[in-house]
Amino acid sequence: MTGASTGFDRLLALGDDALVMAQRLGGWCARAPEMEEDVALANIALDQLGAARLLLGYAGEVEGAGRDEDALAYLRTDRGYRNALLAELPDGDFAVLVAKLLFFCSFQRLRYARLAGGPDERLAAIAAKAVKESAYHVDHGAQWTVRLGDGTDESHARMQAAVDELWPYTHELFEDEPELRSPWLSTVEPVLAEATLDRPVDGWAPRGGRDGQHTEALSYLLAEMQVLHRAHPGAKW
Amino acid sequence: MVNSPHETVAAVVDPELLVVTIEELGVLRSVTTDDSGRVTVAITPTYSGCPAMDAIRADIRAALASAGHCDVDVVTQLAPAWSSDLISESGRAKLAAAGVAPPARVTSPAGVPSPATLAEPAPVSARRSAGPVPVALSVRCPRCGSPDTRRLSAFGSTACKALWRCEACREPFDEFKPL
Repeated sequence: MTGASTGFDRLLALGDDALVMAQRLGGWCARAPEMEEDVALANIALDQLGAARLLLGYAGEVEGAGRDEDALAYLRTDRGYRNALLAELPDGDFAVLVAKLLFFCSFQRLRYARLAGGPDERLAAIAAKAVKESAYHVDHGAQWTVRLGDGTDESHARMQAAVDELWPYTHELFEDEPELRSPWLSTVEPVLAEATLDRPVDGWAPRGGRDGQHTEALSYLLAEMQVLHRAHPGAKW
Repeated sequence: MVNSPHETVAAVVDPELLVVTIEELGVLRSVTTDDSGRVTVAITPTYSGCPAMDAIRADIRAALASAGHCDVDVVTQLAPAWSSDLISESGRAKLAAAGVAPPARVTSPAGVPSPATLAEPAPVSARRSAGPVPVALSVRCPRCGSPDTRRLSAFGSTACKALWRCEACREPFDEFKPL
């Protein structure tokens, strides 16, 4: 059983997924292949950050230990984070980021859609906003997947390598909600087919993020994200 | 003449769009005053991460303070989720006059989801196999009025805008995104 059974851990998993995605996406600003893409990725990062703030703020209240969104974002170590491993993986090649957008945002959209109709009214309200934004994120990932996959020999090879690299990590997304895997495949598989990419074979399925067991990549990500707040607690400018 | 708290808050202008008020945008939900004179303002964000919200809160407080109301509470109300359909007719006209194409309707007046919407874009493949592309059909160039326009990016200068170009007059323009 994973740690996502309690309300607090469940909210952390949701919030950390969005926060780590926001940090990864934000890292692309001024590094994307064209200026429109800098703007697009920064916009998606902003949507993710907005959802993360709402979710972590709520998590802090549920926990009742006086931790607000900043305390949760800046003062937990990797072992305290509950995001899925896929979010934290390095995306040094643009194709990896594109595959991550397609895989992760498709999952987020399905999960938000379900939560929007759930019994927790506050969580439903957050999810009802996020699901509409997710639709744009998924569309963006799908368009780039097709453009790169069905592009040049070079872009095809790199897009396929990215899909192969990330595919094993998609299994962890459905650990707590295995029934979402089927609709997720219905979103992702046609995009891969149109992009002339091979759908990888299911096999190795690394996990552990929901229990705080992460790859080393998360430690470096958090070090960069947290350093200012830790050096100058409460700094404002 | 003294404006009511509601009139005062309703006149606050969006800090990024500048030509429309927060009431015209549908960001303002309610303004209530209790017996003690305390004013409570409820607002809702357009997008979850909209960075203008802090500025809007500050502008609301400043407007109420200059109207003599200092005991003010500004609360955020997420549900029901904001939709671009909440932008008023006057707001849409002002956006268009400022060079921002107003958003296509996400739902028809009867509440039925419109087919001509980008609010739930299907994956590229699904679109091609499922018939017509669900693109808003009426994004006209706000400068010359031509319907011969092309979306360059679904993401623009703010979270709520997309970037377009008019193929007739060759000018780029913003579209307020349907959401």
